Amino acid sequence: MLSVFVQETEAKMQSSINSADTAWVLVSTALVLLMTPALGLFYAGMARTKNVLNILMQSFVALSVVSVLWAVVGYSLAFAKGNSFVGGLDYLFLKGVGQDALTLNGAALTVPHLLFMAFQMMFAIITPALISGAIVERMKFSAYLVFIALWSLLVYSPVAHMVWGEGGLFVGKALDFAGGTVVHITSGFSALALALLMGKRRLNHSDDTRPHNLPMVLLGAGLVWFGWFGFNAGSALTSGGLAASALVTTHIAAAVAGLVWILLEWVVVKKPTALGFATGAVAGLVAITPGAGFVTPVSAMIIGAVVPFISYGMIALKNKFKYDDTLDVFAVHGCGGLWGAIATVVFADKAVNSAGFNGLLKGDSSWLMQQLFAVGTAVGIAIVGTVVIYTVLKLVFKTVNVSSEEEAAGLDVTQHGESGYVSEN
Amino acid sequence: MVKIEAIIRPQRLDEVKTALDDLGITGMTVTEVRGAGKQKGYTQHYRGAEYTVNLIQKLKLEIVTGADMVDSVCNCISDAARTGEIGDGKIFVTPVLDVIRIRTGDRGKDAV
Repeated sequence: MLSVFVQETEAKMQSSINSADTAWVLVSTALVLLMTPALGLFYAGMARTKNVLNILMQSFVALSVVSVLWAVVGYSLAFAKGNSFVGGLDYLFLKGVGQDALTLNGAALTVPHLLFMAFQMMFAIITPALISGAIVERMKFSAYLVFIALWSLLVYSPVAHMVWGEGGLFVGKALDFAGGTVVHITSGFSALALALLMGKRRLNHSDDTRPHNLPMVLLGAGLVWFGWFGFNAGSALTSGGLAASALVTTHIAAAVAGLVWILLEWVVVKKPTALGFATGAVAGLVAITPGAGFVTPVSAMIIGAVVPFISYGMIALKNKFKYDDTLDVFAVHGCGGLWGAIATVVFADKAVNSAGFNGLLKGDSSWLMQQLFAVGTAVGIAIVGTVVIYTVLKLVFKTVNVSSEEEAAGLDVTQHGESGYVSEN
Repeated sequence: MVKIEAIIRPQRLDEVKTALDDLGITGMTVTEVRGAGKQKGYTQHYRGAEYTVNLIQKLKLEIVTGADMVDSVCNCISDAARTGEIGDGKIFVTPVLDVIRIRTGDRGKDAV
């Protein structure tokens, strides 16, 4: 009797898992994983030779730190049933996260719970790594490790819970298809806060701060673009039409934004730069992320065409105010993410995704306030969380910045005891 | 003996080397250098931020030869390196007290 019952139960579980969906999310998980090393290349190429390894490590080490934390407690805080703000401890050490399908906020997913956890893990990894671009060339590696660990638990997991988790505050109220708010707004605003708290790099007038390896930046941007198909189209969590729709909007937004950025540069600085193209494409990918599965390809073109003006403008403001968000994380991810969140409320179309809603252009303005509330909450948590973590780091490490001598010598030698490029051999 | 130091545009190296070869001069030391002269720097833009490059990439050729060859070598380099635009470079000529070939211990003109 018992064995028959078990067999029946297994059959039931099997039936709720869809092989095609599972295959696509497995691939997507690997695609999103690649984005973090790609981000490292994108960032490291923009900095100076003496810091190339430290910047690569700021991305790579997130693969370890956040993965372990996510499996231990981060996933539970983000997705387990809890209150509106943070998940409980039901999934501590992945307890109960098995091969059967998960029902999340009433929706029966068709992929194994373990796979959903792993897919979300990749998002959790890249988000704190994004912040590193704002503070490159000056942060103690030890302090950075503690920063991303605390940030992942205090900022990422709660915001992910509110937007996507079981019983989250904004579930069914605000739209964030693949992490415009959860990933890009949180990291972008935390990046701005951390850059302001840590202050500028101590540069000499004669320092050559041009990107040391633009081909590396372009390689990183290309791989980020590639991985973003997993990020956005994988967020459909199915392998059907919605995934295809998200993939197309993602690609179109990136393509348009890269092109518009270099056209903008052609007008403003008379040359279309490679760095500008890479930056524009990434900004386009950021902007489409929250709406990827809710808007049409034509809307994606508009979203991609607008974001270069926003991010380029913000970089111009940064240069004017002279704060040192070194690699423009706030301009690209913070502001690109803000635009994406607003654009999603403007362009959302239920014909694309019946699980979404109709936006302003479809005559429904009732979602605007909730979306803005969700965005505002994410911004608040990102900034307050970063200030709190920075204060803790100051107490533990005395200074979060390396000494001026270490900064001058470069972080590769002083933090890791090695050199990225050895000219003698 | 004299040392002829020529600062030239990197893209003129092949012409200069070929011309010197025709003159029978095959020994030289070439170094990548950066410097500033009459040719002002240029500006680049990275994400819209202007960056002025003051020190420009040049090559430095060092040739040691007999005093009798100074004019022909200098003319040869000048002709081959000239574009007519600002930034073609300069040639410095200095006396050399002695030359030593490490392998044989030869000294003076024999060692050049």
